[in-house]
Amino acid sequence: MAILSKEEAQALLKKVIAFSKADECEVSLNGSEGGNIRYARNAVSTAGDISTMSLAVSSTYGKKTGSASINEFDDKSLEKVVRRAEELAQLAPENPESMPLMGPANFKEAITYVPATAAMTPESRAEAVGKSIKVAKDAKLEAAGFIENTTGFSAFMNSKGLFGYNKSTDVIFSITTRNQEGTGSGYAARGFNDVTKLDTLSATKVAASKANGSAAAKAIEPGKYTVILEPVAATYMLENMFRFDARSADEGRSFLSKPGGGNRLGEQLMDEKVNIYSDPFHPDLPASTLNRDGLPVERVNWIEKGVVKNLNYSRFWAEKKGVKPGPFASNIIMDGGTASIEDLIKSTERGILVSRLWYIRMVDPQSLLLTGLTRDGTFYIENGQIKYPVKNFRFNESPVIMLNNVEALGKQERSISVESYRSYLIPAMKIRDFTFTSLSDAV
Amino acid sequence: MKRKDFLQLSAMGAGAMMLPDFALFGKSIDPSQFLNDGMDVSIKKQLADVALNAARAKGATYADVRIGRYLNQFVATRENRVQNVANSESFGVGIRVLANGCWGFAASNRVTKEDVAKTAERAVAVAKANSKIGSDPVQLAAQKGFGDVTWKTPIERNAFEVPVKDKVDLLLSVNAAAMAAGANFVNSVILAVNEQKFFASTDGSYIDQDIHRLFPNFTVSRVDRASGKFESRKSLSSPVGMGYEYLTSTPGSKVPGIITRYKDRYDMLEDVKSAAAEVAQKLTAKSVEPGKYDLILDPSHLWLTIHESVAHPTELDRVLGYEANYAGTSFLTLEKLKTKNFKFGSNLVNVVADKLQPGSLGAIGYDDEGVPAKKWDLIKDGVLVNFQAIRDQAHILGLKESQGCCYAQSWNDVQFQRMPNVSLQPGKTKLSVDDMIKNVEKGIYIIGDGSFSIDQQRYNFQFGGQTFYEIKNGKIVGMLKDVSYQANTQEFWNSCTAIADQSDYRLGGAFNDGKGQPGQSNAVSHGSSTTRFDGVNVINTARKI
Repeated sequence: MAILSKEEAQALLKKVIAFSKADECEVSLNGSEGGNIRYARNAVSTAGDISTMSLAVSSTYGKKTGSASINEFDDKSLEKVVRRAEELAQLAPENPESMPLMGPANFKEAITYVPATAAMTPESRAEAVGKSIKVAKDAKLEAAGFIENTTGFSAFMNSKGLFGYNKSTDVIFSITTRNQEGTGSGYAARGFNDVTKLDTLSATKVAASKANGSAAAKAIEPGKYTVILEPVAATYMLENMFRFDARSADEGRSFLSKPGGGNRLGEQLMDEKVNIYSDPFHPDLPASTLNRDGLPVERVNWIEKGVVKNLNYSRFWAEKKGVKPGPFASNIIMDGGTASIEDLIKSTERGILVSRLWYIRMVDPQSLLLTGLTRDGTFYIENGQIKYPVKNFRFNESPVIMLNNVEALGKQERSISVESYRSYLIPAMKIRDFTFTSLSDAV
Repeated sequence: MKRKDFLQLSAMGAGAMMLPDFALFGKSIDPSQFLNDGMDVSIKKQLADVALNAARAKGATYADVRIGRYLNQFVATRENRVQNVANSESFGVGIRVLANGCWGFAASNRVTKEDVAKTAERAVAVAKANSKIGSDPVQLAAQKGFGDVTWKTPIERNAFEVPVKDKVDLLLSVNAAAMAAGANFVNSVILAVNEQKFFASTDGSYIDQDIHRLFPNFTVSRVDRASGKFESRKSLSSPVGMGYEYLTSTPGSKVPGIITRYKDRYDMLEDVKSAAAEVAQKLTAKSVEPGKYDLILDPSHLWLTIHESVAHPTELDRVLGYEANYAGTSFLTLEKLKTKNFKFGSNLVNVVADKLQPGSLGAIGYDDEGVPAKKWDLIKDGVLVNFQAIRDQAHILGLKESQGCCYAQSWNDVQFQRMPNVSLQPGKTKLSVDDMIKNVEKGIYIIGDGSFSIDQQRYNFQFGGQTFYEIKNGKIVGMLKDVSYQANTQEFWNSCTAIADQSDYRLGGAFNDGKGQPGQSNAVSHGSSTTRFDGVNVINTARKI
């Protein structure tokens, strides 16, 4: 079994710590089991079933640290890995930023594990995929999709008595449907801890309706438009902004740096409708409660009514700056409103509905200027109605500028980043003056 | 390229993320461990046979086994201190089978006879579960077995045998040179990779390969506190399929010019001094006037444009729709190939796929389904002539055998079609970069790769760079900043009007070519000589927040 219980993990880690002769010793143990199916052209292309577990040891003498790891778990191997880490620590250069280990802490139990997800099998994955392919075939579309479930545990212990254990499950699903002429494409993505919330059939129907609706797109001039970003589009855009790191801001090389020195903590950086926070106990986005520095992982507000409320200080940087270390991001949640996508469309005189964004990359880390493209369903809105699908655009826009131009926020939804597969809770949003710089022929 | 891996591998990325559990590599081990050879080949062969027999016994019609040991060493520093020395090893087995005409794959870190047999059985179970959904049976191109064979990257000095202290000393001297030259921040990194891969298949191959790669790099930054502005410059090194000899500079390996650039050897200390001087200049450089410019693109920049706009759209899995849900499809189609006259670029444009090129990241003996390395044309005199295929795709191109493009990033990932080295061939007539610049009236000379983005069918792209020089009436007149160019792939390659000759040819590349679900990284090189493109749209990327 690659998934150990809390008691099994604790017993194993204690045994490893007992071998340590160094000033300090920290041990971590991680295991995962899971599987995936990838399909395209309405048939399975690849599928796998993967199981793995590993143990890593860090030993410290003074400010010199070495680490070693192993994936065998008999007593002899466990002692060997500790000796190796100690030898390496003796050879390592001193790290002036090294901080002493922290003692015991009470980590609250996370709500990240769902037995139903852990119980998934090759057959249940195939069944979920079969439903999706049937929807596509019935609609005369070609489906390409991916489903993956993972059960994992993470445990650590140090020689000062700090111990933590977290078990989690995750399932992600994404689907692209394209028409046979290659003129229309639609997409949907879902991510949950609990597989019973995953409905591959309805997600494929959403993708299918986007594929049919986006066919025969017209070209309109690039420029500044009011846009409605669906949650999956907004998530990918904003993911590039979620680095509230104090040190890089203080050093003058972040969008959170202040001209003249220092950081923008306390400044109004965005529209007052913007609230961004982390909360490991949010029922729709549970997250790990562990922290290797032994510091509590709790709800923390990053942006409150558009004001920068917190930045993350590592223990080293906090000591240097004379502040408390932390807080830490366990997940990222942005508050939304009550408006549906339809409501947002109705209130729009002239704009663009963006279903998904793609290939976002940083152009300028100072202004957080990003470039990327629309994909899988881009529609022109006039007088509160979708008029017709439009060709995809390239944009050059900063999420910070974007969150200063918020017209309205829609309902919040759990969605996954189309690149990192991380899950977020982000609302749909209506943004004015979003900058499209060129047209793309891509479908 | 994958952004996440790019952040992990590049010097600026180290420590830049704030989300927890963002490990660089899975595990870490004592460097001395790198020097023992791991499991004996004869044992690997026995275990492979156990897996192949177990798969056959459960009904597999084909099976392959990869027993892999993947070693990484990552030495990271900033300014005057070492941030991290991470040594990692990953060892395990991945087994792929064909059963009921469908692929199945299973992997485990437990590599005993009992466990590999169980893993093989799991792979067959996965294939059989999927075959119930119904699909066209896989058509696997025949591949003769090679028996017991070996291949090794031709390195002069194994990077894992170089003491950690030597690497730390080099990086700290690079950082000191940057700070002395006026930089405010510098991050530098040496990343060494060794893939020890044993492959066996029911075709009768037992292939043992030892593959080495190295990537030294840095990022230098300078901050103007008063204005709150900062500028950065990355190193002009390339990741290479070489040993530590890449860091031993030789006189013939330098390309003199407005900035010194490097061929098959790299002088990190010299480059960082140049970078520190450039960031100072960049802070006060002229912000570009948007409009049409003739672009002169150095190979340290052009490799990435080749990667995104030529190498990706000629991947057959994208052409066919297998990547539709992630990386996307391609504007190139089987129909365009069949016409034999699809004008991808101007007559000067010749592009080859090459798994044999010495020093490149893609160089191997055999791919991850037992096919020997090859070289073939993709674009000939501007016309599309071929794609990149693996064994279960060869029949679609009317090929009798695979082109050898199958790769898995680790033992626990399934192998699939990945790009080989894809390179623009140098100009056939003698032409230097200086002579090329002399003919440009209004242009920009771009060195180093920067921001990159392209759509899911590879039509519309936007690229930045590291250092930009304005060209007016045949002369470089000064530095520019805030430059990105946007173009359509086919229009761009058809605007190619000059390519420097062989003497300027260099390789660039990346460790983190991304594709697939779950995502996998592929290491690949792209060669070119300095090339001119006429009338390309340049935008200004300066914004205020």
